[in-house]
Amino acid sequence: MTRPSFGQRVRRNEDARLLTGRAMFVDDVNLPGMLHVAFVRSMMAHGTLKGIDAAAARQRPGVVAVYTAADLGDYCKPGPVLVNPPPVPGHVFHGCTQLPLAKDKVRYVGEPIAMIVAESRYVAEDALADVIVDIDPIDAVVDLEAALKPGVPLVHPHLESNAAAHVVQRKGDYVAARAKADIVVKRRFLYDRGVAAAIENRAVAVDWDPRAEEMTIWDTTQAPIPIRNGLAKMLGLLESQVRVVAPFVGGGFGPKIMMFYPEELLLPWAAMRLHRPLKWTEDRQENFYATTQERGQVHEAEMALSKDGRILGVRDWFLCDTGAYDPYGLTIPINTQCTLLGPYDIPNYETEFTSVFTNKPIVTPVRGAGRQHGVFVSERLLDIAARELGIDRVEIRKRNLLGPDRFPHNHEIMFQDSAPLVYDSGNYLPTLEQAAEIIGYDKFIREEQPRLRASGKRVGVGICCYVEGTGIGPYEGARVTVEPSGTVRCATGVGTQGQGHFTVLAQIVADALGVGVEDVRVVTGDTREFHWGTGTFASRGAVVAGSACHAAAMSVRGKILDLGSAILGAPADNLELSGGRVKVAGSNDPGIAFGDLAGRANPLRGAVRPGTEPGLESTAYFGPDRGSTASGVHAMIVEVDPETAAVEIKRYLVVHDCGTIINPLLVEGQIHGGVAHGIGNAFFESLVYDDQAQLMNASFMDYLLPTATDVPPIETAHRETPSPFNVLGLKGVGEAGCIPTGAVFAQAVEDALGPGAGVEINEIPMSPNQLFELMHVSGKERA
Amino acid sequence: MGANVRVDVTVNGTRHRRDVEPRLLLSDFLRQDLGLTGTHVGCEHGVCGACTILFDGEPARACIMLAAQADGHEILTIESLAAPDGTLNPLQSAFRQAHGLQCGFCTPGMLMTLTAFLRDNPKPDEPQIREAISGNLCRCTGYQHIVHAVQIAAGTRAEDAE
Repeated sequence: MTRPSFGQRVRRNEDARLLTGRAMFVDDVNLPGMLHVAFVRSMMAHGTLKGIDAAAARQRPGVVAVYTAADLGDYCKPGPVLVNPPPVPGHVFHGCTQLPLAKDKVRYVGEPIAMIVAESRYVAEDALADVIVDIDPIDAVVDLEAALKPGVPLVHPHLESNAAAHVVQRKGDYVAARAKADIVVKRRFLYDRGVAAAIENRAVAVDWDPRAEEMTIWDTTQAPIPIRNGLAKMLGLLESQVRVVAPFVGGGFGPKIMMFYPEELLLPWAAMRLHRPLKWTEDRQENFYATTQERGQVHEAEMALSKDGRILGVRDWFLCDTGAYDPYGLTIPINTQCTLLGPYDIPNYETEFTSVFTNKPIVTPVRGAGRQHGVFVSERLLDIAARELGIDRVEIRKRNLLGPDRFPHNHEIMFQDSAPLVYDSGNYLPTLEQAAEIIGYDKFIREEQPRLRASGKRVGVGICCYVEGTGIGPYEGARVTVEPSGTVRCATGVGTQGQGHFTVLAQIVADALGVGVEDVRVVTGDTREFHWGTGTFASRGAVVAGSACHAAAMSVRGKILDLGSAILGAPADNLELSGGRVKVAGSNDPGIAFGDLAGRANPLRGAVRPGTEPGLESTAYFGPDRGSTASGVHAMIVEVDPETAAVEIKRYLVVHDCGTIINPLLVEGQIHGGVAHGIGNAFFESLVYDDQAQLMNASFMDYLLPTATDVPPIETAHRETPSPFNVLGLKGVGEAGCIPTGAVFAQAVEDALGPGAGVEINEIPMSPNQLFELMHVSGKERA
Repeated sequence: MGANVRVDVTVNGTRHRRDVEPRLLLSDFLRQDLGLTGTHVGCEHGVCGACTILFDGEPARACIMLAAQADGHEILTIESLAAPDGTLNPLQSAFRQAHGLQCGFCTPGMLMTLTAFLRDNPKPDEPQIREAISGNLCRCTGYQHIVHAVQIAAGTRAEDAE
């Protein structure tokens, strides 16, 4: 069977709706009688909640209800731990999750305290000021290292310290390896991250029909099915009574899969009491406080090497900010531990982390999800080792890459999906060589850099490797149906936040059935259409849902062949599927259109034969034991202004390998967006908290997202090493663009400043101000 | 609240006369009162540009204007761009060709900003294009394919260019 659409730059099926303003987003849901919700949120990061006086708010005309924790009764329970820790021996994990509305204590600025329901959003926001909240402040826990010192206030007083978790993973014997090393490089690294900043904020709209006893929830979630299942259980409804729709969602990037946000729990509960539809839409300021974010890690890491630059081992010890609660378990720090190994052969590895509760918003994965931190540590250590050993930066990487004969490669530690970290396939050396070739690495350092330096320009090149664990389980499913009209419908549970599911999944189904991509209608993110699955995360949509779509489509193909064979009187082997028809291969007979066949398969009279099913429809699931590992190399050329420390990115290149490529146009789009996010992370974006954990830059005026003039044109080259873990050979690509960006940025800027500047960048983000200070301090120290 | 004010405004060629609260934002008026939900709200403080509309032909941010300010003016929104039968206009079509949108949330603001830009500057070079959209934030695309789309619409790039 051929796959004619694979590898083609197929234009998207979903675009017409989005380009004309017809696509429905959650905030577009407006129902008759709809009420609007606003939340009273804690203004303090840490304190004892002494009292809430909502009497004046309840009296305000237009206010329908005000709820506090006391009004929720038994419904006011801590939410579930969303991801249980992987079974690493000896691990410690304290799962602390938040209440829908704070009771007794507040733990971060923005924590919801009361819910106001009013006839309009304007009135609901007016009433926020009517609510008097009495909080007895406690010193906020802000700094990761200070948080673990004795005598510091506890975010969760039932615990002995602010440590949320502690995990040690080991491979080989690092201590023995270190004893044999010719050189050990050791540094302290800081890697901070920021908000996901999807341009659409979160929103929830609920319609409870008390007569049909059915609830419809429109939610900007990345995981509509688990939301439905959880809500049904909590609300005492059957799962079939609850429909969750994640319609078009305006960007996800991770935080839209936190379950459950208080707003997701509270609106359905209130709708069942008020018998009116409700809607809440987050505003941008709330998004900075109330939507999860990723933040910092502090690493103390060392790498032991032989004098020829071979890595003998790595030891890493780090702290990881988890915010006020830790519903997402250990996903981020485990990703950090695993991704640090990168594409390299690291025989001995000891990695230990403590995750720490602070009085800041909850940390859950944001695009990259801890992988950046790990890549930064290993790539920086390699750069430093290369410098100290007098080995070229590309050369030291080449000497340590896993060879193509080493797969599948078991790293002997546990990954975030509770399976051992096993790389499925990879071919790293040609990727690095291609990147060095395209960016002109050798020529640049041999000729261009000296020439430009001589003219006073500070130009540098950076080149870094990474891997990305993608496409993890547990599973996704899909149902493919040929309708009597001939339209092929494909329903799957994974919602879309812009990745192109309506096109990529359609390509998979179209190629299996011999129809056009535009003839396949994909339905995602609506539990009425498909209600088995988990969600959109970990760069897994194309891999896991795609594989399920393929399996379902192949099953439908089999049904078409069986029925076609019976009707056409020819063996199935002699039939071909093309143009939406099944026909005898090589025959002039036009055969039968799929729509007609679908009608024949669902007769109004006569019998459906034993052992067959009515219709041309199949459901299939795909559950990989473990994920597939994508990889790549980023390279960039920068120029640093020695006066202002402004960094201009002259070139940015991504050579990546995400296995079989379904649609290179969309893959490039994923990479471009990821790189832009990575550049923001490296240079522009920073969450600034004061010593009482007040966020000082909670607006787009103050928190700088990269704009079109900040992001350079990004060059891409594709390589394809298929994954053996799924039939189509797929690997994910959603996060690849932003994973090594900080590391390559640091290397390139350092290279631009030159060895004489004495600047070593061991911290991201590195804003122009910070870089200026670093250059200044280094200069003074030198003087 | 003060007394409602009368707004007499033409939106996408249709005249509307409504009594609105003086504090009603233009973005809410368009989205809720008129049901034109194609105009998106991303930040409510005039930075992200998702809510950009054309106000008497010039780009404006509907989230930091009041509906009352629209009295006597003409507004065009994203819903005005395609033909009545849904056929995409050349700029919309170029966005599809170049994969100039992913989640599509910032797209209406991008298109309205660019509609005015290309009217005033039909053959822009790349730096001019980037400058033109530098007030519209996009988190998905990294802007590159948006730039390509504008080049296709301006006829300075082939539709099937990679």
